[in-house]
Formats: sequence, structure tokens, C-alpha cells
Amino acid sequence: MLSRTASSLYWLGRYIERADFIARLVEATVRLDVLSPRPAGEAAWASALAVTETDEAFKASGETVSQQHVARFLTLDITHPGSIVRCLDMARNNAKAVRTALTREAWTAINRAWLMFNGRSSPGGAMATLNLVEAVKTEARGFEGAIHRMLRNQTTWFIRLGQAVERADNTARLLDVKYHLLLPEGERVGGVVDRDQWTTILQTVSAVTAYRWLYSEGLKPANVIDLLIARPELPRSLAASSEETLEILNLLAKRTGLHGEADRMARMRQSRLAKTRSGEVITSGLHQYLQAFNAENNLLHDAIGRQFKFG
Amino acid sequence: MGKRHAFDEIMGQSGSATPRPELAALGRWIDETPDGELRRRQQSAEATFRQLGITFAVYGDSDASERIIPFDIVPRIFLADEWARLSEGLIQRVEAINAFLDDIYGARKILDAGVLPPDLIFGNPQFRPEIAGIRPPHGIWAHICGIDLVRTGPDEFFVLEDNARTPSGVSYMLENREAMLRLCPELFREFRVAAVDSYPDRLLETMKSVAPNGVVAPVCVVLTPGHYNSAYYEHSFLADSMGIELVEAADLLVDDDVVWMRTIAGRVKVDVIYRRIDDDYLDPLVFNPNSMLGVPGLISAYAAGNVALINAPGNGIADDKAIYSYMPEIVKFYSGAEPKLPNVETWRCREPQALKYVLDHLEQLVVKLVDGSGGYGMLVGPTATKQEIEDFRAALIAEPHRYIAQPTLALSTVPTLSDAGLSPRHVDFRPFVLMGSKGVQVVPGGLTRVALKEGSLVVNSSQGGGTKDSFVLMDGGNVQRQAQSHGGMTQSQGA
Repeated sequence: MLSRTASSLYWLGRYIERADFIARLVEATVRLDVLSPRPAGEAAWASALAVTETDEAFKASGETVSQQHVARFLTLDITHPGSIVRCLDMARNNAKAVRTALTREAWTAINRAWLMFNGRSSPGGAMATLNLVEAVKTEARGFEGAIHRMLRNQTTWFIRLGQAVERADNTARLLDVKYHLLLPEGERVGGVVDRDQWTTILQTVSAVTAYRWLYSEGLKPANVIDLLIARPELPRSLAASSEETLEILNLLAKRTGLHGEADRMARMRQSRLAKTRSGEVITSGLHQYLQAFNAENNLLHDAIGRQFKFG
Repeated sequence: MGKRHAFDEIMGQSGSATPRPELAALGRWIDETPDGELRRRQQSAEATFRQLGITFAVYGDSDASERIIPFDIVPRIFLADEWARLSEGLIQRVEAINAFLDDIYGARKILDAGVLPPDLIFGNPQFRPEIAGIRPPHGIWAHICGIDLVRTGPDEFFVLEDNARTPSGVSYMLENREAMLRLCPELFREFRVAAVDSYPDRLLETMKSVAPNGVVAPVCVVLTPGHYNSAYYEHSFLADSMGIELVEAADLLVDDDVVWMRTIAGRVKVDVIYRRIDDDYLDPLVFNPNSMLGVPGLISAYAAGNVALINAPGNGIADDKAIYSYMPEIVKFYSGAEPKLPNVETWRCREPQALKYVLDHLEQLVVKLVDGSGGYGMLVGPTATKQEIEDFRAALIAEPHRYIAQPTLALSTVPTLSDAGLSPRHVDFRPFVLMGSKGVQVVPGGLTRVALKEGSLVVNSSQGGGTKDSFVLMDGGNVQRQAQSHGGMTQSQGA
């Protein structure tokens, strides 16, 4: 496989995953906004900006923090490189560069999502925004389904590798920012707002029901942290994303004979996560843990690029 | 156009109320299918094209940087015997083009024989002195030709242009057929239509057949300028359907006259390149030094015989408009026979007598720049204003060698869906001819382009033209089907 092709497939996976994540984040934030006691909705949108590390960029736009403005910024703002529309544009550019490697189904899922967003300027009110992000999630699911029907070879593995690396990053971000930023002054830990916020985290990663299946106790932050970091059963947990990264690197090594630094890093991370207990993480500082995790994830990303000569 | 009536591919003589007898079934289909239904199917085809991204980019048009080419649901149809005659003519022509290229970059016998004026070759920007003396693997130059034809009557086909560089449109031939199979399956029950979907296999066979000698399992690739190129969809489509890599220049490198591509597992040697990059941009060391699209050293590897380039660099001299007018003599010179496919009558304005005729008849003629393309730089006399004619007259007198002129032909029409229902629209046709080391073949089909505006003769996609599927009927056409269904019984009982 051409190195350029491998690189485009990997980035395609990352951008699709990122678009899906931002869609989920906007959906959860609309919900949180609605649930919040008035006029606290603003905090929900502020946190959505914090999760994506775009508060500065948003501030520069001169808009006020409100559903209307932040939702537009995160979904349709073509000047903001982290918006869904820009992620889809990047995903589509990469997909175009490797069209020969994709099936029609995989390509059309991306192209349909892109066509839906292209040229739109406003996400509309809460209902319309929810419809819009739902459509993104649908196309992302369609894309995922399509790649699972493709040949099980390097092509799908590079896409999935990009998805796994991006997913780990997104989950870590989500957990980090919610834990530190959200609770407004005077709100009690374990109070209504606190509960809503933890529920929203679960909702963002489609894990509300999963939580109930896995934990017999009611909603407890320590359990949410455990679920999102250490439980490999949850597809979006750090453990599951790390496991998948390692598995795919193994498959690639077996098929291409290429292994090296990236495999070693992924293996070390995996064995460390298998031993991780949420209690220890909380005691020694969740924020520090997640920051370190993402720094390591970025190093792994660099190592992957070197290993497969992305250039 | 004057008052002449155009031949209609389906209805026969223009104005006829009934189709040509062999195409009666298409007439019935048209009569029985309401316009609204035809329109719905057409829209469905276009929606699919949009979704699949079967688009072309229009340079300098930022509003609609990606457009689909309008698709028309009514096919144009070739009878089996029409196609057989056409194919013979195409094969003869493409063989002559190859012989011409081999000669002009080699022994130049045709110049010694005085068939062509030498300055037409040596003063031509399409002539590449850099590659004179290089012989492509197996001596084949024009592996893929798209010969543009027009028709004016039942047996009157004329070649309008020989595209021997990087002819495009074959993806539309294949996608249009896909759309027709899905949307109008009943037509394929009525007619036995030759399949076009073997094209990618035939192309790959052709590519493999011209690999440098001694290469057992040649690595073939398609070289594209990248996804901003207007024909990128076609490049990716072809690589995809042949199952080979689509590469950009940056994916290739030349080391010691061998071409390699960069892969995740290191370098892989490349043997055959179907390049969709013009000569000028192919190799900055030999052609345009500013090209970012090219592969430095590629021509040197080609000269060393280590890689086959499809089509060969330098082919432009064969499909140049100035050379075109000599093509009948060229065919005769190399084949020893009369050309089976005529040219459109052409006046070379470089010749004083021809120039005089052209200047006297400007309002009846089409005048073209020899190096123009895509419908640019031309005068269509009958529809031009007085001012336009006078401007061209001045240009012709100043630089006559830059122009040729042709009569305005009564291009054939095909019923086409317009706002007012079905009405005749002018068409042209581009069949694709493949030449490998094992022979020449014409794929039974091609690209029919249609001028969507009433009366217009301009079919270029950049000027608002559309496309249609082109059916080539197999021997027996629809007659055999009829015999099977009811005609057969009647015949045996009646006899």
C-alpha cells in the first residue's frame, strides 16, 4: 500500500470519528441545557467549548455563549477547523484521495454527510440541531457498517486505527473537562446539576444503559470514571480504544511485517490500563492522569506515522 | 445549419413519426412511458451520480466547483452492422496513428515522401524533440484513443478529432450503462446490447501487454495530478475497477532509471504507468521545469526501456488540429488503402487558396484555432454576429497558419428529454480504441454527448452539454427476441 494512502485512510478514520464525537457532544449539551435550572444553560455550552479546547477560538469570534452561537460554531462554522462541517470536509478530502481503496458504500456515507452540511449556514433551534447531529451520527454509523463489510485488510485497519486513536483522545477530553469545570458555584456534589452532568457524559458515549448493566449502584462519579477509563467492554472507554489500537497494530504487523515503536508503546499502555483502578486514579488526580494519557496518545500517533512512513 | 434536416439516430429522417424499423421497440417504449416517469428516472440517475461524486470540476467557477454532467435517459443506438463498419474504420485509423508516431519520432519516411510539409511537424508545439529516437516498449504509442465522431446520415460518419493523449469520458460510458440497467431494465429485454463492463479488464490486459520485455508480473498504476483535477473521478474509477494503485507524482521516485512507488513496506518497482498528466507536466527535468505534478527522471527511465508510459509522450503531434487535415493522406501512406472513416472536409488557412475560400464563406463555416480545445477559440459562422465574423476575418488575415475551417455539418440528433417533453437534440460520439501488443480492439459502446439547447451544436460538458448511454446492438439485434416471443410461432405455423 502507498504510504500516502495509508496516511489518508488513517486521517479519514480520525476525522469521521471526530465529527461523530462533536455531534454527540452537541446532542448531549442541548439536553443538558434543557435540563439545567434557568439560566444555567450557558454553563453547558461553555463546557462543550472546553471539551473541544476551543473556548479561546470561540471568544475570538466575538459571539456570546448561547445555544444558538456555540451550536453553530461547533457544527457549521467553516472558519473553525474543529467544526463538524470542517471535519467532514477533511474526511471527504482524504476519502477522495483514496477513493480506489474504499467501497462505494463507505464513500457514499461520507459524501452524503458532506452534502448534507455543505452550504448550510444555521443549525436552527434545539429541535433542528438535534436532527442535524442525529443525521451525522447516522452517517457515521453507516460508514462504520460499510467498513466492516470491506475486505479485512490494511485498508480497513488503517481507518480503524485512526478511529481508535481519535476515540481515546475524545473520551479522555470529555472526562477531563467535565470533572474539573462544570459544577457551578454553590452547587453540591451529588446534587441535581452534578447528576445531570454525569448522566450527560454517559449519554455522550451512549453508555447510560451500559452503566446500569455493569453497576448495580446508582449513579456514582467513581463508577463513571471506572467505566470510561478501565472497562474494556465499553467501546469508547480508554481501555477498549487502547485494546483496539494494539489489536490493529498486531494485524498490520502480521500482514505487512512492519512493527516497531508504535507496537511497543501501544502494548505498554495496554498492560498499564489493564491494572488501572478508578480509585487510584481519583486519589492521585484524574486531571493529571488524563492529561498524561493524551500526551502519550499523541506520541503514539507520531510513532504510527513514522512506522508506516506517512511522510 | 441552414434549412438542411438532420438525420435522427432513432427516428431516421428528421420529422419522421415512426422510428427506424430496427428500433421500433424503442419507439414503443417512448410512447408507453409517460414523460413524468422518464423525468423521474432521469432525476434518480442524477441523484445517484451526485451521491457517488461522479463529478467534474469547472475551472474558475467557484460557485459550483463540482458539477455533475446532465444525463439523458433516452439511449442512442447503433445497429450491429453500423457498428461493424465503424469499428473497421476506427481500427484502421488508430493503426495509422501509431505508425505515424513511430515514423515521425524515428525514420521520418513520411517526410521524405513529401506527404506532409516538414514545418508542420518541426514548428508544432505538440512535437517533442526530447523524445525523438526513444522507442516505447513494443513500439506502441497510442494505447488508448478516443476518436470523436459525428454522423450526418445513415452511412455518413466523419472523424472530428483524434484524441491520442489522455482521452477522458470512459467512466461516463460505464456509469451511464449502470444507471440504464438499474432504471430501464425493460430496454435490455427488448434489445441485445453489447456489454461495456469488460472495459477495465481489457484496459488492464492492454497495459500488461506493453510492459517492458522480461517483466513477468508487471506492476501497473494510474498516475493522476490529484483530486483537484477535473477528471479525478475517472482516474480513481479506472484504478479502482482495474484493482491497481492510483498514484500521484509524489508517490513515485526514479532511482538509477527505475521507477519506484513509496509504500508502507518500502519501495515497489513500477512497470506500466497509465498517466493522466499532460506531457508538459510529466517530468520537470525534461519538460516544464516548474511542474510540481511531475516525476523527475521519469523520461530517462522511459528512454532506458524500464517503464511503459500510456499513452506515450509526444502523441500530441498525432491529434493536433493542423495534422488532422492530413489524416486521410497519413492513413493511405501507412495502410496502403483508402481511409474507411473520412475526415470532415477541412480548409487549411495556411494555404492561400483555402484561405481565400474561407474568407469568402465565413458565415457558413466553423473556424477553429489549431491549438484550441473545449469549444474555445472558435467561430461558428451561421450563428455568429457580424462583428464576430469581422473580428475573425482580421485574425485570419493576420495569422492564417493558426486556423482551420470546416463546413457546419447537420449533426445527427437523438430524442432527448427537455422541458417540453422529448425533442431532437444534436449529438456526437466518442468510442474508445485500445491498442496493446496483441492487437487493436474497439469497446462496443462509447460516450454520446448531447447539446441540451435546442438547435445547438456545442456538446462540450464545460459548455453545458450532457451525456447519454450508447447501445451497440449485437448481431440479430431485437429481431431474434421477437422471433422467440411471438414471431417464431407465427412463422413456423404459417410456412
